[in-house]
Amino acid sequence: MSDRKIRTDGSGATVTGRLRRNVEGLTLEDVGLYVALLLMAGFYLVPIESGLVTSIKTGTAILETAPFAPPGSAGFTLEKWQTAIDALVRGMGNSLLYAVPATVISAAVGSLTAYGLTIPDWKVSYKAPLLAIIISGIFIPYQAVLVPLTQFWSQWVQLVQHLSFVWALGVPDDYAGIIELVITHVAYGIPICTLLFRTYYKNLSEEMIESARLDGASLRRVYQRIVLPLSGPMFAVVLIYQFTQIWNDLLFTLVLVSTESSPAAPVVLILAGLGTSMEGQDFALRMAGAFFAALPTLAVYIFFGDEFAEGVAA
Amino acid sequence: MLDFYRRLYHALSRSSRDEETARPDGGVVSDGSVTDSSASEPGPIERLSSAADRRFGSDFIESTPFWLPPFLLMALFVYGAIIWNLLISLTDYQGFANAPDYSNLDLDNYARALADPGFIDAAVNTFILLIAFTVATLAVGLVLAILVDRGIRFENTFRTIYLLPMSLSFVVTAQFWLWMYNFNNGIVNRIIGVFGVGPVSWLGNQGIVLWAIIFALMWQFSGYAMVVYLAGLRAIPTEHYEAAQVDGASTLKMYWRVIIPQLKGATISAAVVLMVFAMKAFDFLYSLVGGYRPPNGADILATKMVREAYANLNWAYGAAIAIVLFAMALSVIGPYLVYEYRRNNL
Repeated sequence: MSDRKIRTDGSGATVTGRLRRNVEGLTLEDVGLYVALLLMAGFYLVPIESGLVTSIKTGTAILETAPFAPPGSAGFTLEKWQTAIDALVRGMGNSLLYAVPATVISAAVGSLTAYGLTIPDWKVSYKAPLLAIIISGIFIPYQAVLVPLTQFWSQWVQLVQHLSFVWALGVPDDYAGIIELVITHVAYGIPICTLLFRTYYKNLSEEMIESARLDGASLRRVYQRIVLPLSGPMFAVVLIYQFTQIWNDLLFTLVLVSTESSPAAPVVLILAGLGTSMEGQDFALRMAGAFFAALPTLAVYIFFGDEFAEGVAA
Repeated sequence: MLDFYRRLYHALSRSSRDEETARPDGGVVSDGSVTDSSASEPGPIERLSSAADRRFGSDFIESTPFWLPPFLLMALFVYGAIIWNLLISLTDYQGFANAPDYSNLDLDNYARALADPGFIDAAVNTFILLIAFTVATLAVGLVLAILVDRGIRFENTFRTIYLLPMSLSFVVTAQFWLWMYNFNNGIVNRIIGVFGVGPVSWLGNQGIVLWAIIFALMWQFSGYAMVVYLAGLRAIPTEHYEAAQVDGASTLKMYWRVIIPQLKGATISAAVVLMVFAMKAFDFLYSLVGGYRPPNGADILATKMVREAYANLNWAYGAAIAIVLFAMALSVIGPYLVYEYRRNNL
């Protein structure tokens, strides 16, 4: 900056003026503000950064270097990542196998539900309690439904028996757990997806829909031709939110798939037990595994951060 | 499913229009009219549906295919399951038996809970976690929101960083904090070591572990509180800031007297959601140890319930603990939903 000031001649006077104003504008308060912002950014990033550098350290480097310092060339290894990927990659596949369908279905169902309870013209005094019943579903602690859920899937529905023709094709019958997970996540995703779409549909222009209705368009047609094409941005929000939730959830996978040695074990289930052995905890392996398992949600967050923020804020 | 429902609906209304197959079913009888259907008069189903439309609004019947099937699915999995859970909690269901015996219902499991010191500890811990985590997270989130709302540069970058932990799974963040709290090499002990304190066994000390976990959860969710508060701050008209400045109030005073009181709505909704997150902290605690038994001193109802049911196979007892947890959740969200309903926010 000083360099530029020195070179300032007549024509550059305005530049100097602007610079000075900028420097003067930067009051003590502003400096404090940015220091605070950076400190907080550090607070949120340090655990993640420390995990990242630890994941590429050798055993000795972990003991000898500071937990937040990079390993240096001697202490660098990708061996833990290799081990973690080997252990987790089948879990990644399994997670995708239920997270993707469950996300898509729950978004579609949420959109339909919200549409049926928002746009069509019927009495608010009946709609509102229905909405309240649905929305309350967001807040229940899942522990309150776990034992019945286990009963329902293992004693009542018994997918393992009904799908015997699938297992005959050579698919391990543990994969019944994946189907159970899809349906379970869709059912418990309906409340939040409905709420998200509902807030969006409330603000849609009524005129267009009303005139279409007056022209005799059925509700189905209104949905297909007007509401669905306008729902794009909200679908992005809901898909991202639901995908993150479903991918990250451990409780249902624990209850429905149960063991990490199962061929259908999702990635979170394997990760929870990774790097724990009789000799103690292998932190480098745990960190590498944590990052690998978080890759899909991290990618979604980095590319669609705004939609994610909108989803959680609703 | 939707298509099937529509076809069913059409098939029914067609068959009812057809004289030969028109039969007064239960619904029509309860309608109180004598069926005398001729080709010109509407069939019973149509009359029933127009009666429903008159009662509920013109689009009621036509809109049911959209919301009724998902509503029923959700009601079965949420409310049906809770009622079922309540029933199971009244039985003696345990071990490897396939199904509970519903013939002999009593409150034994609740009496057992009250006599179980482990349950009392877990309930107290849940309560502490709920309050301390929510208050701390709201406070940090509010500070972040005010900082970010000061018209700063790189606002998006800062916001993205603050919200980043929220996109991670509890399973993942538990690994990070296990390392942060490591006795010999953890960053937390390194930092307090600079001030000549410690090292502290954060996860091994019964008196501290719960607070260490609250801190880690606060790290993960304060970004969420920030986002909610930021939306609240943006909704406050700029005149309020200007008026306060004209009155000569300092920045601190302006926020305390003028701005923060207007964030009541944001605070309430963020607090409710955070409490729900806190009750779900099971995933975090499970992943910390890779098993059903959380560190001593950090057992909460959510972990105890799953442990009793799935590790000890005390299904009925687990269900009873779940009902207590549900009642706790209800005492938080019940008033909130009434509040939102009264303000017409639903």
